[in-house]
Amino acid sequence: MKCGVVVFPGSNCDHDVYHVLKHVVGQEVTFLWHDQASLDGADLVVLPGGFAYGDYLRAGSMAALSPIMAAVKQHAANGGLVLGICNGFQVLLESGLLPGAMRRNRDLRFICDDVFLRVERADLPFTRHYEAGQVIRLPIAHAEGNYADHEDRLDTLEAANQVVFRYVSQRGETDPQSNVNGSARSIAAITNEHGNVLGLMPHPERCAEAVLGNEDGLVLFESLIGETVRLSA
Amino acid sequence: MSGEEKKASSGAPAPVSEHTVNVEMAREHGLSDQEYELLQKLLEREPSWTELGITSSLWSEHCSYKSSKIYLRTFPTEGEHVVQGPGENAGVVDVGHGWVAAFKMESHNHPSYIEPFQGAATGVGGILRDVFTMGARPVACMDSLRFGQIDAPRMRHLVDGVVRGIGGYGNCVGIPTVGGETGFHKSYDGNILVNAFALGLARREQLAHARAAGVGNPVLYAGSRTGRDGIHGATMASESFDTEAEARRPTVQVGDPFTEKILIEATLEALKTGAVVAIQDMGAAGLTSSAFEMAGRGDVGMHLELDRVPLREEGLVPYEIMLSESQERMLLVTERGRREEVAKVFERWGLEVETIGRITDDGRARIAMNGQTYADMPILPLTESAPVLERPTAVPGDLAARQAAPEVPPAEDPTDALRRMLDTPNLGSKDWIWRQYDHTVRTNTAIGPGGDAAVLLLKGTSSGLALVSDVNPVYCWLDPRTGGAQAVAEAVRNLACAGAKPVGLTDCLNFGNPENPEISWQFKECVAGMVAGCESLAVPVVSGNVSFYNETDGSSIHPTPTVAMVGVIPEIAHVPRSHFTHAGDRVILLGEDAGEHGGSAYLRLLYDIEQGHPPKVDLEAEARLARLLRECIGQGWVHTAHDLSEGGLAVALAEACFGGAPGGATRGQAVCHGAEIDVALSPTHLFSESQGRALVAVAPEHVDTVLARAESGGVVARDVGQVGGDRLTIRADGGAIDAAVEDLHQTWLTALPRALEQ
Repeated sequence: MKCGVVVFPGSNCDHDVYHVLKHVVGQEVTFLWHDQASLDGADLVVLPGGFAYGDYLRAGSMAALSPIMAAVKQHAANGGLVLGICNGFQVLLESGLLPGAMRRNRDLRFICDDVFLRVERADLPFTRHYEAGQVIRLPIAHAEGNYADHEDRLDTLEAANQVVFRYVSQRGETDPQSNVNGSARSIAAITNEHGNVLGLMPHPERCAEAVLGNEDGLVLFESLIGETVRLSA
Repeated sequence: MSGEEKKASSGAPAPVSEHTVNVEMAREHGLSDQEYELLQKLLEREPSWTELGITSSLWSEHCSYKSSKIYLRTFPTEGEHVVQGPGENAGVVDVGHGWVAAFKMESHNHPSYIEPFQGAATGVGGILRDVFTMGARPVACMDSLRFGQIDAPRMRHLVDGVVRGIGGYGNCVGIPTVGGETGFHKSYDGNILVNAFALGLARREQLAHARAAGVGNPVLYAGSRTGRDGIHGATMASESFDTEAEARRPTVQVGDPFTEKILIEATLEALKTGAVVAIQDMGAAGLTSSAFEMAGRGDVGMHLELDRVPLREEGLVPYEIMLSESQERMLLVTERGRREEVAKVFERWGLEVETIGRITDDGRARIAMNGQTYADMPILPLTESAPVLERPTAVPGDLAARQAAPEVPPAEDPTDALRRMLDTPNLGSKDWIWRQYDHTVRTNTAIGPGGDAAVLLLKGTSSGLALVSDVNPVYCWLDPRTGGAQAVAEAVRNLACAGAKPVGLTDCLNFGNPENPEISWQFKECVAGMVAGCESLAVPVVSGNVSFYNETDGSSIHPTPTVAMVGVIPEIAHVPRSHFTHAGDRVILLGEDAGEHGGSAYLRLLYDIEQGHPPKVDLEAEARLARLLRECIGQGWVHTAHDLSEGGLAVALAEACFGGAPGGATRGQAVCHGAEIDVALSPTHLFSESQGRALVAVAPEHVDTVLARAESGGVVARDVGQVGGDRLTIRADGGAIDAAVEDLHQTWLTALPRALEQ
């Protein structure tokens, strides 16, 4: 699978996800510069974590207007795979590829911690090696991960089965304490209608190697290997 | 180089004098009358206003180390791993497999007290630039923080601001903050300490230098524009505080981590072109120190045309441009004819780059603007011949009273004593702080904050790096020589608990006003102790920083020589945890207790007694202990290793019971273990802080081997108990600690946030 990792000025997890794609799961990877118009033939486009353009305005808002995002939108519309991690998720929201918005964390502080997540969808190209209902542990590191939307739109999102991960306790139950950033309905990850665009706040690339003590994130990348979903238009 | 040009320079008219300079003005700039005379002699005339500003910065304590130099020279700076000792932007050591690590620690104390968010943030930014200007990619930060008592005026605001500032900067640039330390003590009520450490990695052949060379080579300016912020920051750092500190807020710089992030990428990419001859960031004293230091190291001259410096606003005069401490700026010398290759990289990253001067052969700094010369000074005499002072020293008048043996109240209820100690901001968990720092970005963090040492992967190899930061300011106040040695010894011990062998240290020496002979004595003694520690334990000092004048209204901080040490772990798979991981493991106590309570946390936190001789430091015993720990860990026998420090055996055992998840995160969901321990000590001595001790937990089948290795290695070792259950029970002679681990854990975990909320 050919993978492209977008580099916005201020991306800082670009090298991390590149490392996992190339050295851990052995895929072909290139960096895609923010002001280029082409995706260089990538099957999977990754929008990495970081602080694109400094996030001084609103997380992801500037990046959403950069030249490469037009190509990413086209890729998504053609059924190509798009994975947005953390800041990448924020960019997907700001560019309209996924619904909703991010507010600052409930306690108004940056949070770096491990969280437990329940896998709500195990039928996506991103999650097919997980099991539905499985509880996994992934790290988070963000200040604006408090997912929000209108109640009726959240109902629509739920009805369309677009919630992919939720913040839960170790036993797999949603509760306010486990929902560390205060997200609506404990939402940590969502997909689009067609299931080819995934946005998630946790960092699977930070727990994809045994030497780091946790491989729960590796499963997401294993799910992706070889998968080039092309939906009929 | 032609003689004509030389002649032209010596025949140039004296610089324009924007203000008439006199001895009064020199005094206002912090120059002594002798220093002013020396300047006149060097110039053979009166200085211009710009020249006075430049000189006052270069000769400030902060830039010149004039009060500390004679002592700093005594540090051992050589060793088998040292690639670059003190004198460059950062020290460099060889960490194996073709990799070198560049690291340094620096203070940002005064700015952080005035404006905690920006002060701490720019402290992180500055130390990162010191590392990546060496051509090394920054991969980890640590911070050593000292706050006053939580209830002191402004202290909650300072804690919150500093933590947000460090997080705000480090998180955005994407460098993990993997460790450090935080202490609270009343001596910092009016002068907090923020010591920022950064470490970067490079292939050995990729290292860059700050030694200007090549007559005719262009001098490039890259990064943020120059504004009026931070003018005289270096001078501010060389003065004591008074109650009007607030009025100095304009001398605190403002950080822009986004620009720093792209400056890191652009700089590392620019260095790869091979066209960069020398590079230095514009840190303290801005363009002045970067230009003079780079030219001084290379023994060349530099001609600067300030009209070409990118400015944030119009109307800045040469004096301001030379002294501005605007952040995120770099000065580079490139090979003649290869300027474009370098400039193109910065431009691609959206950064401004301008040629602002060139290298000359006359050894002088000639600084012009709009065709007029504003400064024309010999560089080397100014940088190398900066005054070196041997300030008078005096033993503190109350030293005997400080060191008088304290009366130690017996621990009648040792369980309660332990609980109350864990319930202090000093000994309580620092998770509230670390949770606000990204410590997992870059996917190298094998063990994050909270353990004895932070452990980083060295990607592509099976080895790793361990980082620690240590100092006990109370020990240093009671006996600075012992305290200095203890800081080095504890750092070595902490590294050994991760199986790491030290390869180098950097320090940040925070003291009061050196013009006070008692403070100079403290400094001299602390350094002597550190030198002894470094020599005995074979750790070279490769970089460092001195911060004097840490006093407010005449009240000085405790002497705080922060030591940050880097070690190499040969086989990362064998690294133990600092907490118990396996029920059924045997607990072995290494080292011996001598019932030492001078300066102990027990006396200080429970009885407000700060008195006595600090625990004795036996450097040979420390070396034996460290060797034994590394050996046993290297064999893969050790599940848990944790050193005994503040709070002694009782606190060390409690901490070992408080589990953590891999990576150091998720303390809230930690898996705790109980332990049942028997020791032949009085309950009070469970809190004694005798040095040279550690506890290890090993599977039962390894107990005999470890005990035998300890005996042959000259370390007293006792099997004192077993991991298991959900209670911590320590049976001593005439009393016992017995408590549910979960209760102690909750107390410890919430101590700091509760104290901050009150």
